[in-house]
Amino acid sequence: MSEITPAPSATSTQAVGGMAVSYRRKELRRAFESMVTSRWALIGMLILLIVTFVAIFGPWLAPFDPNRQNLIMRLREPGMPAAGDLTYWLGSDQLGRDVLSRLLYGARVSLLVGVAAIAVGGTLGTIAGLVSGYFGGWVDDVIMRLGDIQLAFPFILLAIMFLVVLGPGLVNIILVLGIGQWITYARIVRAQTLSLREKEYVEAARAMGDSTFSILFRTILPNIIAPLTVIASFNVAGVILSEAALSFLGLGVPPDVPTWGSMLSESRDHLLSNKWWMAVFPGLAIVFTVLAFNIIGDWLRDFLDPRLKENG
Amino acid sequence: MWTFLVRRLLQSIIVMIGVTLISFISLQIGGDPTYLFVSENATTEEIEAARIALGFDRPLYIQYTSYIWNVFQGDFGNSLSYRQPAMEIVLDAMPATIELTAFSLVLAIGLSIPLGIYAALHRGKPVDGGIMTVAMLGQSIPNFWMGIMMFLYFGLYLGWFPISGHVPFLEPLFEGEYAEAFANLPSSLHHMVLPALAVGTYTLARNARLVRSSMLEVLQQDYVRTARSKGISERRVVMHHAMRNAWLPVVTMIGLEFGFLLGGVVVVETVFSYPGIGRLVFNAINQRDIPVVQASVILLAGIFILLNLIVDLIYARLDPRVKL
Repeated sequence: MSEITPAPSATSTQAVGGMAVSYRRKELRRAFESMVTSRWALIGMLILLIVTFVAIFGPWLAPFDPNRQNLIMRLREPGMPAAGDLTYWLGSDQLGRDVLSRLLYGARVSLLVGVAAIAVGGTLGTIAGLVSGYFGGWVDDVIMRLGDIQLAFPFILLAIMFLVVLGPGLVNIILVLGIGQWITYARIVRAQTLSLREKEYVEAARAMGDSTFSILFRTILPNIIAPLTVIASFNVAGVILSEAALSFLGLGVPPDVPTWGSMLSESRDHLLSNKWWMAVFPGLAIVFTVLAFNIIGDWLRDFLDPRLKENG
Repeated sequence: MWTFLVRRLLQSIIVMIGVTLISFISLQIGGDPTYLFVSENATTEEIEAARIALGFDRPLYIQYTSYIWNVFQGDFGNSLSYRQPAMEIVLDAMPATIELTAFSLVLAIGLSIPLGIYAALHRGKPVDGGIMTVAMLGQSIPNFWMGIMMFLYFGLYLGWFPISGHVPFLEPLFEGEYAEAFANLPSSLHHMVLPALAVGTYTLARNARLVRSSMLEVLQQDYVRTARSKGISERRVVMHHAMRNAWLPVVTMIGLEFGFLLGGVVVVETVFSYPGIGRLVFNAINQRDIPVVQASVILLAGIFILLNLIVDLIYARLDPRVKL
């Protein structure tokens, strides 16, 4: 059989490629302009950049080793001098460790857990949603009912139940938090896939003999990335809050890894003696980070799909 | 109505069986579950004896069916640290947790509705911006940190509220001691204000935003315009015409929020040494008392499922479009 569609010439491919690049540039500029005009989004992005910077360069910024104990200098108030010419800017904890240094190191774990859990949950949920929406039938039924069961369970209880058995640990908490999120993505991807699978371009891909894998991941998936990024942004905020709560209960990462949640957990025994700095600073770090993700999520939602914009 | 009721009931039972399956898997996921029920110093013989006594030597499907049977009978075995049935201990702590969750739901919903409506009616004005900014912040604060901050400021520094403990209200009420229950009520509420606000902050913030956007949507509807054009007072338009429809998404959310609140209570109780299920779970986690953790989690999940069922029924009553 002869080729009906002429193969694109080198020049036409370049032209199409060039158009795509200029379109992408235009979109990026539109995003940047929208962010600058919405003051909140700019503040959110700024906070996020600072937290990311701290997460990456924390070890170089921290004045102390976060695990170095100094029992003589325990529970020092913020601004008190430490050994040498150093200062406990944010105070020291019950073992004489520097709160600021632990805070800087903690950014890394909080962000890592947030992003990694979303990667796990997002990947699982996207695959489940694509398969569920594309194939329908009993596969769809089984996947969605599994999700219903999970949603009928307050998530934190589910996480507690698994982590008590598995024991605390970075990988365990990422897996539990990630698996807990899959259904959110699966539902959205399924709904989008259901409508997209009837579109002409998907039918065209099928008629061209593309494999199911290629249709799912190359034709459908790129068209549903936008709502996924919005969900992911809100989700990172939720996961960071859950990680903090689980660490507070003693189910987070091992004690030698400083996290904001575990710092709050340690502060609990010193509340009555009013060692406020042990609780205030890690809490503020969580609040600002979560706030930044929530703001960015709001902005992304309005930017990508103005129809979803909350009346306001 | 009956078909809907039966269908919803069946769904709830299936979900409950799913919950038992998940909790069963959670026991098995770390390998041989026997080790979770024996002390760290147990000898090989003791472990083997425990394995047989607990039935972990049987095939998995038999273990699961007997597990379901036990769960529906409320039998989770004996607590490893208290040496008495786990469910008994959990049920003892239950009334305190129900009181706290219910009070925080009342506070959160009671405050979020007027705040949301007020913001919607003053859309675009500074007060709207202010309420929404605080709401956004409220959604970003971990509830237990909110609890710690209130503990430090309103409890320790200002001394306005007690920072720990609990005065029972439901317990004497259930025992028929009505006079004692109502005599306890003011002190009981006083003890619960800080933890309830801490637990409810997220729900309050989220619902204030939800009520606002729901209200704004309803206020743009034709029937509201018609009501206004008939010369009905603005107050009546808002309270009678708009509210009825603005309620619907809020009612749905209340059911879901109860689950969040229960989860939140578990964490916040530990801050205020509040003697409910949360503190029990916290202690059980530290002592690896698996029967108590399992009994608490499954009981809370059961309550959550039951409440969602009730909310669905209320929803169906509020919205005539949902066929009963």
